[in-house]
Amino acid sequence: MWSRVGKRIAISIPVLVGVVLAIFVMLRIVPGDPVTTMLGEHVNPAVIEKISREMGLDQPVTVQFFQYVFHALQGDFGTSYRLNRNVTGIILDAFPNTVKLSLLAAVVAWVIGIVAGIVAAVRQNRLLDRLFMGCALMGVSMPVFMTALVLQYVFAFKLKWFPVSGFDSVKAMILPAIALGWNSAGSIARMTRSNLVEVMQNDYIRTARAKGLREHGVIVGHALKNAMLPVVTMMVLQISSMLSGAVLTESVFGVPGIGRLAVNAIETRDMPLLQGTVVFTTILIIAGNLAADLLYNVLDPRIREGA
Amino acid sequence: MLDHSKEPGTEGLENRQKEQADVSAQLGEADTWKDQLKTLVRQNKLAAFSAVILILFLLAAVFAPIVAPYDHLKQSLTDRLQDPSLAHWLGTDELGRDVLSRVIFGARVSLTIGLVPTLISMAIGTVLGLCAGFYGGKTDFVIMRLADVMLAFPSLLLAMVVMYTMGGGLINIFIALSLVNWAGTARIVRSQTLSLKEKEFVEAARSIGVRQWTIMFRHILPNCLPSLIVLFTLNIPSAILSEASLSFLGIGAQPPSASWGLMAVRGKKYLFSEPWLSIAPSVAIMIVVMAFNFLGDGLRDVLDPYLKEQ
Amino acid sequence: MRESIVLDIKDLKSHFFTAKGVAPAVDGVSIQVPAGKIIGVVGESGCGKSMTAMSVMGLLRYPGRVVGGTITLDGRDITHLSAKELSKVRGNEISMIFQEPMTSLNPVYPVGKQVREAILLHQKVSKAEAKERVVEIFRAVGIPEPEKRYYNYPHQLSGGLRQRVMIGMAMVCRPKVMIADEPTTALDVTIEAQILRLMKKLCEEQGTSIILITHNMGVVAEVCDYVYVMYAGKVMEQAETFELFDHTSHPYTRGLLNSIPRLDEKARRLHTIEGVVPNLLHLPEGCSFCTRCSEAKKRCFVERPDLYQVGEEHKVRCFQYEGEA
Repeated sequence: MWSRVGKRIAISIPVLVGVVLAIFVMLRIVPGDPVTTMLGEHVNPAVIEKISREMGLDQPVTVQFFQYVFHALQGDFGTSYRLNRNVTGIILDAFPNTVKLSLLAAVVAWVIGIVAGIVAAVRQNRLLDRLFMGCALMGVSMPVFMTALVLQYVFAFKLKWFPVSGFDSVKAMILPAIALGWNSAGSIARMTRSNLVEVMQNDYIRTARAKGLREHGVIVGHALKNAMLPVVTMMVLQISSMLSGAVLTESVFGVPGIGRLAVNAIETRDMPLLQGTVVFTTILIIAGNLAADLLYNVLDPRIREGA
Repeated sequence: MLDHSKEPGTEGLENRQKEQADVSAQLGEADTWKDQLKTLVRQNKLAAFSAVILILFLLAAVFAPIVAPYDHLKQSLTDRLQDPSLAHWLGTDELGRDVLSRVIFGARVSLTIGLVPTLISMAIGTVLGLCAGFYGGKTDFVIMRLADVMLAFPSLLLAMVVMYTMGGGLINIFIALSLVNWAGTARIVRSQTLSLKEKEFVEAARSIGVRQWTIMFRHILPNCLPSLIVLFTLNIPSAILSEASLSFLGIGAQPPSASWGLMAVRGKKYLFSEPWLSIAPSVAIMIVVMAFNFLGDGLRDVLDPYLKEQ
Repeated sequence: MRESIVLDIKDLKSHFFTAKGVAPAVDGVSIQVPAGKIIGVVGESGCGKSMTAMSVMGLLRYPGRVVGGTITLDGRDITHLSAKELSKVRGNEISMIFQEPMTSLNPVYPVGKQVREAILLHQKVSKAEAKERVVEIFRAVGIPEPEKRYYNYPHQLSGGLRQRVMIGMAMVCRPKVMIADEPTTALDVTIEAQILRLMKKLCEEQGTSIILITHNMGVVAEVCDYVYVMYAGKVMEQAETFELFDHTSHPYTRGLLNSIPRLDEKARRLHTIEGVVPNLLHLPEGCSFCTRCSEAKKRCFVERPDLYQVGEEHKVRCFQYEGEA
């Protein structure tokens, strides 16, 4: 098992470098001089040149890249053009909000998704199954911003149960979390159901029945663990997809998180800030994928115990 | 990054599928594409219904100028923010434009964005996947590592970076989505190519000296088609959602375009007084995306039971 | 049969309700299982032998369903038990082992735990005691180092060992009847003999009756006391084993026996039975074997034969033997 773990980590490192390089290159093939874009057309060329030099933009791209990686490894993602502040600091201010939002959303998604998936599988092809799977597919098909808008309209505006926006109290976090988690809940429910239905076809399920287990015992005791192994992996993966999906929820509910930073950075053409947020989020996501994969290795005895 | 081939219980399932195949063989079931179509319509009414819905949307998009009751761009400041009425079924927006007409024209944006970039990115993915699987070695390594990098990116963030570089606008979304989503296709085509190239008919073609490109495109590609059709149907909604999301964030379609995502975000200001402004286009997105998902699920059950949920 | 009958299956009917019609997979099967004996049920694949077993165990799943007949276990009718009552019988008084030892054990639990579960389900014993019993039965079924194997996962055991685990699981509650559905088909020939011998030994020691489902006439000759030959959901011939081999009566049984390669004859073409098992949805109007029978007469195509008595404990479903005994 440990050799597998080592291999996985070894594969992740070049992917990580590749991703950072890709972001770096993509942001630098932008037409026009970044400093000119930032300051506007009518600024003294001497000033532009000075700022460019300060930011190291006069260096070849390869040199810039290695400098960037070198600094990033020390936790320095550069300085924001607009806010004139260290990008790392800006990100770390916004990061806790995004993490809270994503984790809460993950809990929402897991609980709703797993429960609905199991119930649907048990009542396969009955009314409840159709109903839950219809809802799940709707969850998967609804744009995140739509869920957010509908929740905001119904529960914040009409029923006044929750604040319309902000992220300063637990109460304010609930709607954004549901909006963000709803989508994942749909995919988790679908996957839980289909895995469970598939696992129930296995020979060892027949054995469990032949042993004298009753149907719920068969499901809870024998089918669930097998069915959930891949779902657990997917659940961890969902957290990372939430990190990026948070962009939309944050925008609807006015949550001061990383997603908002990225959108602002695009609007204000603040390249270092955009680069920082994207690199930061992507690193987290790659780490999350790795964690999901390792978790699977630990949970599945066939891999853990070796053949 | 994940190896799902080791999913628990697949060994037993294969057995069961074999048994079922035996049973159906015994019951004299054949499997032509006409039968498959019939099965799809009979067993999965939802998929068939979805196909009808999608055709309606497609017709509405193509004949938008005829179908739409008003000009979707015509402003009328005296008719601003009207409630739904007989004259304006879905009311009017902040510039007095008829919302229903804009939703109908919005179908053009969404369906084009759904179909064309998906087709382009899948074509790229198919060719790369075929090459990776067929040639193996260094070609395979380079292409698949590239795919790893692409897949490690959350697609929305990747699209955002591309949009930053190229600026907003529908054409740029078009290009961004075409370039971004090839990696998943490449992976699936590669793995199918790997198993197909060991098959007897490929060996046979090779042994009589058929050229490599002919083998790839005449012999291997047609066998990947069922998976590709399913994948295409399931990739369309994610492209539609990406466009809507980017436009919603203000970095996609620009006004006065009738993009559903853009309409939703512009209506957001009036959410509490005129909710239909953002809800109507959102519902349109949901219906189209859901219909594609149902259709894709149905097609997968009929064409390709082995393509698992990704 | 004069011995006391533990399991009495009478006129069992199980149908599969498919989109294309109703398939009578088990069509009026009666099997009597005397205490402590091994009953063989033989036939080609798809003849309904496994479905009979699944029906007896109450394990038939949609679209299959038991539609008629009675199953009496030790004087008690178990045909119409509720799911709860049936689960007390299953694994306890009647147990089953399956053809696929590779996939019949749950891959995510240690094998010992899976066998222990059977004990804990049916008997009020402590976990520690149950574990003792598992180790004991592992030793009895010939699993080396039973204490260590208890903690192994299925993928760490060979097919033969897994089938021994399955037998252990089936025997651990000392059931009255054990149904073995092709228990050795997936195993090597050398292992096959060991497993069969083991089953026979356990059957003698514990007084458990066994229904052995197989397509292998050699296996039948080796271990069975009585044989039922099935074809297309019906019993075609039934007899005590020696009687069946000595006075093979039904053309189908003769076909089955002829298709065994023999060492004592000069090499010639191996006998086969022409044709395939008929489609259950479109069975012939007359005898279900008529389409493949070399001795079929006109009558065989229009009338359905009954089971005719041809000797003490020997019945044949063929018009040739009508009114013989």
